Amino acid sequence: MQRTSIKITSSKLNLQECYAFVEDDVCGGITTFVGTVRNDTEGKEVLQLDFSTYKPMALKEMQKIADKALQDFEIHKIAIHHAEGMLQIGEIPVIITASAKHRKAAFLACEFAIDTLKETVPIWKKEYFSDGEVWVNAHP
Amino acid sequence: MKITVLFFGISSDLVGENQLEVTLEKAISVADFKDYLQEKYSSLDKIKTYAIALNESYATNDLVIKDNDVVAVIPPVSGG
Repeated sequence: MQRTSIKITSSKLNLQECYAFVEDDVCGGITTFVGTVRNDTEGKEVLQLDFSTYKPMALKEMQKIADKALQDFEIHKIAIHHAEGMLQIGEIPVIITASAKHRKAAFLACEFAIDTLKETVPIWKKEYFSDGEVWVNAHP
Repeated sequence: MKITVLFFGISSDLVGENQLEVTLEKAISVADFKDYLQEKYSSLDKIKTYAIALNESYATNDLVIKDNDVVAVIPPVSGG
């Protein structure tokens, strides 16, 4: 049985697909994190975001996160899907779903997965404003 | 020896390339490769920090880069 679903796609992410992957009769709960494109950064209007990836490595790092989540939390399955390319306001760059017998593990796994993804997975976003564009987080 | 160097995010803008084929005299450590990059592309000074990936895994400074390796410059990531 496959317990992880990892994907990077230039197509629209599918919440139902992530939900269906983790759903199982043995589980008492499913948690979902959906990242969405916000319309401002520190008061400045964002028009769109462009996500670029080092795809083969990003897939490996996402797989590591999923494997670690399975190891560290009592979850049944986890899906981590990320989008690439240009996204408009309100669109979805990332979906994480986790299922577990009990809710706490599913909450913890979901939070661990998104926090770690933001630290380790080689994906970069560029924010487009009306007067230019910037790589997010490039100068931490 | 020949290696492939990939640039991502802001580093590709600073260097003006996505991918380079680089010929080096001999195998070098990741730390020495960073010095080489910094010397060749001083524009990389504009980012305070970046990681190096060797064949699609994060590399520590002591790892040695060998013939045909793929080396990637990984500026701070911002996925999610």
